Amino acid sequence: MTAPGAAPDLRYSDTEEELRSAVRALLAARCTPASVLARAEGGRPHDPALWQTLAAGIGTAGLLVPEELGGQGAGPREAAVVLEELGRAAAPAPYLAHAVLSAVVLLHCDPAAAAPHLAELAAGRRVYVPALPLTQAPGAPLPPPVRDTGSGTLTGRATSIADAVAADVLLVLADTGLYAVEASGVRLTARTPLDLTRPLADADLRQAAATRLAGPETGRAAVQRALLCGAGLLASEQVGIAEWCLDRTVAYLRTRHQFNRPVGSFQAVKHRLARLWLDTAAARAAARAAADALAADAPDAPLTVAVAQAYCSGVAVRAAEECVQLHGGIGMTWEHPAHLYLKRAKADSLALGTAGHHHTAVADLADLPAP
Amino acid sequence: MTTADALRTRVRDLLAAHPPATTGRTAFLQARFDAGLAWVHYPEGLGGLGAPRSLQAAVDAELAAAGAPDNDPRRIGIGLGMAAPTILAHGTAEQKQRFLRPLWTGEEVWCQLFSEPGAGSDLAALGTRAVLDEAAGEWIVDGQKVWTSSAHTARWGILLARTDPGLPKHRGISFFVCDMHAPGVEVRPLRQITGEAEFNEVFLTGVRIPDAHRIGDAGQGWEVARTTLMNERVSIGGMRIPREGGMIGRLAEAWRERPDRRTHAHHQRLLGLWVEAEVARLAAERLRQQLAAGQPGPEGSGMKLTFARLNQEISGLEVEFLGEDGLSYGDWEMTRPDTVDFTGRDAGYRYLRAKGNSIEGGTSEILLNIVAERVLGLPAEPRDDKDVPWKDLAR
Ligand SMILES: Cc1cc2nc3c(=O)[nH]c(=O)nc-3n(C[C@H](O)[C@H](O)[C@H](O)COP(=O)(O)OP(=O)(O)OC[C@H]3O[C@@H](n4cnc5c(N)ncnc54)[C@H](O)[C@@H]3O)c2cc1C
Repeated sequence: MTAPGAAPDLRYSDTEEELRSAVRALLAARCTPASVLARAEGGRPHDPALWQTLAAGIGTAGLLVPEELGGQGAGPREAAVVLEELGRAAAPAPYLAHAVLSAVVLLHCDPAAAAPHLAELAAGRRVYVPALPLTQAPGAPLPPPVRDTGSGTLTGRATSIADAVAADVLLVLADTGLYAVEASGVRLTARTPLDLTRPLADADLRQAAATRLAGPETGRAAVQRALLCGAGLLASEQVGIAEWCLDRTVAYLRTRHQFNRPVGSFQAVKHRLARLWLDTAAARAAARAAADALAADAPDAPLTVAVAQAYCSGVAVRAAEECVQLHGGIGMTWEHPAHLYLKRAKADSLALGTAGHHHTAVADLADLPAP
Repeated sequence: MTTADALRTRVRDLLAAHPPATTGRTAFLQARFDAGLAWVHYPEGLGGLGAPRSLQAAVDAELAAAGAPDNDPRRIGIGLGMAAPTILAHGTAEQKQRFLRPLWTGEEVWCQLFSEPGAGSDLAALGTRAVLDEAAGEWIVDGQKVWTSSAHTARWGILLARTDPGLPKHRGISFFVCDMHAPGVEVRPLRQITGEAEFNEVFLTGVRIPDAHRIGDAGQGWEVARTTLMNERVSIGGMRIPREGGMIGRLAEAWRERPDRRTHAHHQRLLGLWVEAEVARLAAERLRQQLAAGQPGPEGSGMKLTFARLNQEISGLEVEFLGEDGLSYGDWEMTRPDTVDFTGRDAGYRYLRAKGNSIEGGTSEILLNIVAERVLGLPAEPRDDKDVPWKDLAR
């Protein structure tokens, strides 16, 4: 545990950089913007073969799962690096839902009931997704639970579940506890998502067969832990998005000429990009601090997570907006990948609590009471 | 390599040989310098041990805990942050021996004679002349400097002067150490918007500087000055501070003490700024961790930009939050302070002093250019002053 006042480690370790290289190389080869767009247009954004390599081949699915439970025994710092790269590629992979949210939920359920699921999850054999709206914020009231209809079946509805279409198993909060439900036994209705790279669906459960993983109290606590961890690590995805947008825009404006000189030599443009660089560098520090606090289970982890979320959402959105604007007409086209990032950034700013929600959390945690 | 353990032993030995309770302030600081514990990354014999820079914090903390005096960095900031790294990088062995120890102990205060009425952001345009009197081995300096912080308390100044007006502006400059007590140096207070006179005008008339007080080769002053400027920018943003350690702490404290003044509109702004200040603190910490071994790069300019903007916004909100009390100002009396104080005194003072944060040490406009060109690699604006002899430039 980090001593109060001790500085968090905000750098990347050598192993983290190796993990980054592996993920980046995979995504560069098999998850180009053109292929992401083509899949999204076909209505099937996920690429199961790519997911297999990422989750099982590189072994990122089980980073949060201890080795004795079949995982990699790493932690939030490493998972954050994977999310940075997934953000950089606007990759449609159910990583956040599976390897972060579901892993943390399962780690806090009854160990005996959860163990086989954790092993499956960590091995990347089946995809796990919590049946919660993507907008669900840590610390906020959970949606009304679905009903336990007796003899191990559940009935009810859950909405706006991210990546549900890729799921093999849904983790569902019911009035009598937390359950694992086979996705094949649930009716999923896809929504048309703002973010083409993270599909949404509503789930209708009609006496769906379910296996109990925890009682209601434990189940809710497990979900809250997962939401906190998810919000903290989402900041790293947002850093990845911002970084891609900044890099691409700088590269473009270095070579794009208007008025007989590179557009990037105009001071009005330079200053905007310099400010964006500053904010992106700051967002990286905030996201690293959140990952480190979660990894160390630091007493101030909830505050550090709230700070990171309150800050990083806005930076990612602004980076994507600047990317569109500073590319001019080409930035407004369907062919150019800027819109994939804008949509992802905007949807991410609603995911796991808005900046406003996290500001309010800061007010409580830092003792800055409202009037 | 010197390890953390070896340093700890040295700290204990120093404290045992010079107990802070019974040792005079200066004597203790001298002993600390001689023990290599002043700035551990400096070379042996010059106040350091050639140890990693990252080990300094532990040394400082341990000495502070033992009640040892510190060297009051606020009073000697220019010496520590700018003169010292420049002398270390470019000075001769004699210059390092002569200047670094009294600089660090605070026995000798330094100032920076760079800006002139006609040369601020465009520092390389400066016109103060230095002409070599070969027979005497001395330079004779004439000109005027401005905005010189601490000139009134300084023993030495780092000085930029033009030694060849026939060359393009960056190439005809040399870097000197100016004795502020030398005949011909006149320091006049300049009052600033806070009411006090923190900076000065400095008139140089026939000032004689021995050639041994030139740093770097004649004509190479701009290269030397770049070391100074780079260090200046990080020395402003590079300090490790705890959460709520800077300007935001004063505002948070006021917020907690005055529930009667809270409004929802102010609450929103407070939370936004609190988060930004916390993130800026983490970003500075991350930069510090990255730099622990190396020299400051252009990234340091970024930290200064952020702190300038936040200090201004936070202190502005604080004045507003205080309502009626925000309308009063502590004291307009003109004093000539011997420390530079960003976060002290009352909210009105902080608000006004913070306005300097985006001007001193390079304006925010100039720093944004540096980030854009040196960090992001964006092209420079076309310019036509680079190959023209300085004497032919428009002024
Ligand atoms: C409190 C304080 C203490 C100081 N202490 C010292 C000291 O101890 N020693 C010392 O040598 N100097 C000192 N300075 C001077 C400081 O470094 C200069 O004021 C600063 O570099 C700006 O120069 P200037 O005042 O001539 O403004 P100018 O350069 O005339 O700038 C005027 C305005 O134009 C803008 N501008 C200029 N060039 C550009 C450009 N290329 N692109 C866009 N905008 C531009 C500037 O940003 C500014 O807003 C101090 C200043 C202050 C405020």
